[in-house]
Amino acid sequence: MTTVAVKPATMAQALTRAMRDAMAADSSVHVLGEDVGTLGGVFRVTDGLAKEFGEDRCTDTPLAEAGILGTAVGMAMYGLRPVVEMQFDAFAYPAFEQLISHVSRMRNRTRGRMPLPITVRVPYGGGIGGVEHHSDSSEAYYMATPGLHVVTPATVADAYGLLRRAIASDDPVVFLEPKRLYWSKDSWNPEQPTDVEPIGRAVVRRPGTSATLITYGPSVPVCLEAAEAARAEGWDLEVLDLRSLVPFDDETVCAAVRRTGRAVVVHESTGFGGPGGEIAARVTERCFHHLEAPVLRVAGFDLPYPPPMLERHHLPGVDRILDAVARLQWEAEG
Amino acid sequence: MTVMEQRGAYRPSPPPAWQPRMDPAPLLPDAEPYRVLGTEAAAKADPDLLRRLYAQLVRGRRYNTQATALTKQGRLAVYPSSTGQEACEVAAALALEERDWLFPSYRDTLAVVARGVDPVEVLTLLRGDWHNGYDPQAHRVAPLSTPLATQLPHAVGLAHAARLKGDDVVALAMVGDGGTSEGDFHEALNFAAVWQAPVVFLVQNNGFAISVPLAKQTAAPSLAHKAVGYGMPGRLVDGNDAAAVHEVLADAVRQARAGGGPTLVEAVTYRIDAHTNADDATRYRGDSEVEAWRAHDPVQLLERELTARGLLDDAGLEAARQDAEEMAADLRERMNQDPELNPMDLFDHVYAETTAQLREQRAQLRAELEAEQDDQEGDLR
Repeated sequence: MTTVAVKPATMAQALTRAMRDAMAADSSVHVLGEDVGTLGGVFRVTDGLAKEFGEDRCTDTPLAEAGILGTAVGMAMYGLRPVVEMQFDAFAYPAFEQLISHVSRMRNRTRGRMPLPITVRVPYGGGIGGVEHHSDSSEAYYMATPGLHVVTPATVADAYGLLRRAIASDDPVVFLEPKRLYWSKDSWNPEQPTDVEPIGRAVVRRPGTSATLITYGPSVPVCLEAAEAARAEGWDLEVLDLRSLVPFDDETVCAAVRRTGRAVVVHESTGFGGPGGEIAARVTERCFHHLEAPVLRVAGFDLPYPPPMLERHHLPGVDRILDAVARLQWEAEG
Repeated sequence: MTVMEQRGAYRPSPPPAWQPRMDPAPLLPDAEPYRVLGTEAAAKADPDLLRRLYAQLVRGRRYNTQATALTKQGRLAVYPSSTGQEACEVAAALALEERDWLFPSYRDTLAVVARGVDPVEVLTLLRGDWHNGYDPQAHRVAPLSTPLATQLPHAVGLAHAARLKGDDVVALAMVGDGGTSEGDFHEALNFAAVWQAPVVFLVQNNGFAISVPLAKQTAAPSLAHKAVGYGMPGRLVDGNDAAAVHEVLADAVRQARAGGGPTLVEAVTYRIDAHTNADDATRYRGDSEVEAWRAHDPVQLLERELTARGLLDDAGLEAARQDAEEMAADLRERMNQDPELNPMDLFDHVYAETTAQLREQRAQLRAELEAEQDDQEGDLR
């Protein structure tokens, strides 16, 4: 039996491949944003698309995020399927009025007559030594806006599969790309990319019995590392990757928590008003009688994102996760 | 070589990358708003077009008074009147072909009606039974935009997409003087010019953004002058002269369709009524100003032209009035019927496929409604 050697690929390469395949499969798919054409994006995620499909399909726009998303709305109204890139998390804020007042509501406003199949790609999160405005975790803002899907991959294969799903979706999708995982590698065959489940399904990344770490995006590898370290403490931790914050997979999350009886939500976003509060509330409402301890949160501090030389103190790390696990009222068991 | 000799070799020159891009002179608007009615240009205007514009103006004025009356009767939650601005509204609709797209703001319901959309569907937003009542794709009219100027980039994107697909479709986007201060106005004009998108921007300068006069809105020589900074022509027109507005818009549409890129048109007009029925205009402007504009009324201007030149007789005038009354009577009758409301509709169009959470919430509302109904039936017994 012969096997084809599968080279390691990066998440950035998988994302590029997803757009390339989507553009090849559907001529209505257009990529637009700042520096996405000639340069291939500041993270090179759109590398080669302008060359292969021409500048009308992969367009360098003027430097104006509201204009980029606003024109994408008009393009979608005329039957195109725009994929827009917001260069960095914090640079997406000028586009918020378009996103919230139009992109999220157009289907509802027109009783389904004018859906907007727009994918908004947003590199997000910290851990890359970025100076101010380059490391925000802005997912809670998007989650609070009905009408948007909010998706974030944590693996190379999911990056490809979820972006294909996002582009094919008839609803607007905010596609959050964890930028510190752009260069993470995995054995993944771009010639035989596997499909993933529809948007809205969480997945167990590591089975475990002691407690469930509920997480997503950039915090998934941190939680997997924490789960390995926890073995020394005698804990067998389960790691659940949400993949999609909206729609939220209550079913998979609650099934996991009911199995283990303990849960910690881990994310970079601030704790106060962050996604963890919503997740903890949902789990508590649905799994109260299965819980051995309150659902805890390990999140970024409630601070403006710190300067790069101090960010390691802000980001949830293995120790902080294990400290939270230690507070899950294990003594009550004895 | 000495230092002095080196200095002697230096020749001042422009910065290396700099080169002249465009002569701005042809982009500049006229010194005064362009007019047709009452001028020599009127003789060249197509009489049929003038009669069509007139019929629509009379309908438009009646539509405005009828909709305002409906707010007093509680049939509309709010109505931003375009009384005094009918020439802009009507000309915008008539300057477009069937295949073109219109992007109205909330004050432009009349333009949408003049485009042929059922007035009851147009007023859905303002009645409050849904956010939009007409099918945008069927009529090629975007939903009325309440957030100011945000519809302008949509028009640019749609026009750009049409051109990419090889369709000769033009988008006409409407905005007010206040809206020109918004960032989206700037971004839309910039994108349109860079992409040479087939789009026409119509700014109705009606003097006020609710209570704030133009002098507090901009220090530009005129709003039309703003076009020059983007590299597109700016046109200044008398917004109460329907023939002039139509001619300027039709020229701009023709140019856009031919690949000549976007145009910014500033129509100088006046909002005769308050901002909406909920506003009190006496707090920020005097009667004499309003009276001066009433004397420059768009319906009267065209009517005088048509009658003076014998293009419309008394029977023609009466027919226009009769047509407008029939429209108003029909609108009144249909708006006096309660709209059909189904609370379950709230959940139907949030996503293409509803979510588990919305299914739960839908079931909750259904249970609440059933309990409500049971209570009512209990009361009856």
